[in-house]
Amino acid sequence: MTDTAPDTINYEAPAEVEDVELYHPKSFVTKYIWSQDAKVIAIQYALTAIAIGLVALVLSWLMRLQLGFPEMFSFITPESYLQLITMHGMIMVIYLLTALFLGGFGNYLIPLMVGARDMVFPYVNMLSYWVYLLAVLVLVASFFAPGGPTGAGWTLYPPQAILAGTPGQSYGIILMLASLALFIIGFTMGGLNYVVTVLQARTRGMTLMRMPLTVWGIFVATILALLAFPALFAGAVMMMFDRLLGTSFFMPDIVEFGENLKYGGGSPILFQHLFWFFGHPEVYIVALPGFGIVSDLISTHARRNIFGYRMMVWAIVAIGALSFLVWAHHMYVSGMNPYFGIFFAITTLIIAVPTAIKVYNWVLTLWRGNIHLTLPMLFAIAFILTFVNGGLTGLFLGNAVVDVPLSDTMFVVAHFHMVMGVAPILVIFGAIYHWYPLITGRMLNQAMGHFHFWVTFLGAYAIYFPMHYLGFIGVPRRYYEMGDVAFVPPSAHTLNEFITVAALIVGFAQVVFIFNLTWSLFKGRRSERNPWRATTLEWQTPQMPPAHGNWGKELPVVYRWAYDYSVPGAAQDFLPQNLPPDQVAASAAKP
Amino acid sequence: MNLIRQLTEKPWVPAQARIDDQHRGGAFRLPAATLALRAFLAVVTVLFTLLILSYGTRMEFEDWRPTPPLRLLWVNTAILVLSSLAMQWAAVCARRGEIDGVRNGLLAGGAFAVAFLGGQILAWRHLNMLAAFDITNPAIAFFFLITALHGLHLVGGLVAWGRTTAKAWRGSDIAHVRLSVELCTVYWHFLLLVWLVLFGLLFSGNDNLGVLLTLCGLR
Repeated sequence: MTDTAPDTINYEAPAEVEDVELYHPKSFVTKYIWSQDAKVIAIQYALTAIAIGLVALVLSWLMRLQLGFPEMFSFITPESYLQLITMHGMIMVIYLLTALFLGGFGNYLIPLMVGARDMVFPYVNMLSYWVYLLAVLVLVASFFAPGGPTGAGWTLYPPQAILAGTPGQSYGIILMLASLALFIIGFTMGGLNYVVTVLQARTRGMTLMRMPLTVWGIFVATILALLAFPALFAGAVMMMFDRLLGTSFFMPDIVEFGENLKYGGGSPILFQHLFWFFGHPEVYIVALPGFGIVSDLISTHARRNIFGYRMMVWAIVAIGALSFLVWAHHMYVSGMNPYFGIFFAITTLIIAVPTAIKVYNWVLTLWRGNIHLTLPMLFAIAFILTFVNGGLTGLFLGNAVVDVPLSDTMFVVAHFHMVMGVAPILVIFGAIYHWYPLITGRMLNQAMGHFHFWVTFLGAYAIYFPMHYLGFIGVPRRYYEMGDVAFVPPSAHTLNEFITVAALIVGFAQVVFIFNLTWSLFKGRRSERNPWRATTLEWQTPQMPPAHGNWGKELPVVYRWAYDYSVPGAAQDFLPQNLPPDQVAASAAKP
Repeated sequence: MNLIRQLTEKPWVPAQARIDDQHRGGAFRLPAATLALRAFLAVVTVLFTLLILSYGTRMEFEDWRPTPPLRLLWVNTAILVLSSLAMQWAAVCARRGEIDGVRNGLLAGGAFAVAFLGGQILAWRHLNMLAAFDITNPAIAFFFLITALHGLHLVGGLVAWGRTTAKAWRGSDIAHVRLSVELCTVYWHFLLLVWLVLFGLLFSGNDNLGVLLTLCGLR
């Protein structure tokens, strides 16, 4: 891949930016707490998301203890088990993955990668984080409310979500719905920032098609989130009305203990439509930033330009558009018209095409690349494998005829954990190992990193591969315990014990990872500038870690796309995006 | 911005690089705030479209009970039109550089908006006092939900309006407030449009949306 011939280019002088454009913090509080700097906000988002994610991790251990060793833990009751699964799911999907990818990586990487000083609306960006934090606190409050958090399942299906008998019916569900509404308001503030920054605040020479795929992934995912979250917002507000004001948006006529409830005439299916109109794009809100980041990790660590850059961008856009047309494949068992089901099965299978293109392109980027098996690369390869696995079971479940018998079994649990649990979290780990030196100036410890990688990667398969089998034999999800039923052989119980032990070991590896994050902050090896020899702009700042305002007096000027690795004739095996063409010539002239 | 053309560029080709090097960075010749407002309007459009679709879906059920139309809503609609007109007046004055006109327009626009909100609350009370009032009736529940959400968006607009009005009062530099006034006006017109659609389809007569559904072959 050759770059522009240096002698034919008249490149422009870098743009100087007036000082007044940028907000300057004046005290410790405005610098680190009420900060308007996207990088600080990113770290605030990430730390909050990781903290609440650890809570969800502990919840999953408790669930696994109950499933693996039923009747051994008296403090896990059937009610608290339902609360565990609900809070685990909701926290992981919304408050960890969405917040970490968009609020965390989005805030840190977008301004740096497009060559901007900050987000376009720093104040709104700051508000976004604080509203998110409030949403998390409201969610946490539900653990301490009378009756505990809601146990309605992360899908919060009515009517049972707000009826007596469901744990957390008194306060838990109210706090959950309020927290979701707050999260969406906070996200919208941040999301508008990300979109407008990508569109309007790019530096000179940074065309859309010169952007790294990380920015493309986060950009399109943000658009999806902006358009999908209103559906969840509407659903949450309507359910809140049903719970607090006695309306019946989602509540049909219900007889409870021989008595007619005050509700009547509502449609529970309406909630399912609203929920999944949000819920399916949500899968891609989590996946697209992952796709983008993995593309950049693979390209950088294989020293090779990404294969089929344009097709990668088109695939991201196509997946984004198609993700709004597949939501009802989550509802095959809701009694829908079979023709409706066929339509959604077809759109679901179509979405596999751009997704498969991406997988092929990642593999073809690796093909004959100069692969460095660094930690980010290991996680990126693990992501590809895991995503393919989870994606293939998705093809099974996307077909209504296969989905109906497998619905609400452990097969579904295994599928979605592989595809949108383990796969995105592997990208997050890879991304943290990749960008930690940029953020802190120090490298993460390699030994602990390898331990973390191998235990997490192999452990995830030890957990989820057997779970597919449990689903095949009909073990249902969300059941507190199976008891003695004829169709579940004793081996299934042994398998459950095995899965629990594996889950606890993988959980321990995450504790090591958190320790590594903290330990390396103080004791880690000091990183050189641009340790991965990457081309993208975030590594080319005057200081590392980037200072307030990201760039010096002048903004960088971009002369090439983000993937000029191993360019023939160049002295180095990478050409940073802002390296002027005359300097390429100088380096090429050296023997 | 021609999206298709941009997406088909080959950024690694030298000829394309020569073109790309001249790129100034922004995708649109617009202030960032204008683009952000447009994006936000798209988000709000999705929200209200989903609510209208939910309403329409619910109407298809056999037990649908319509509510008696409230005459007061016609008055409220007229007030909101006046509010929008006043804001438009402020925007025109801002373009001409007449700061007094901007101030008067903003004041009138804000006052009419507050009056509209008051009128909506009055409409809620009217509905509450009707003999046919039953909170489990989805038509009534939707009315409260949708008008409340529309009203909240207007309240949010009033926050921006307050900042703009304060700015217009503090300084006489018209260039400083022009963009804010224009963005407020766009938002006001948008909320008026949303209200007209909501009022026209859902709240002015019970079968308006039904006719539309029939025309679309959904009924």
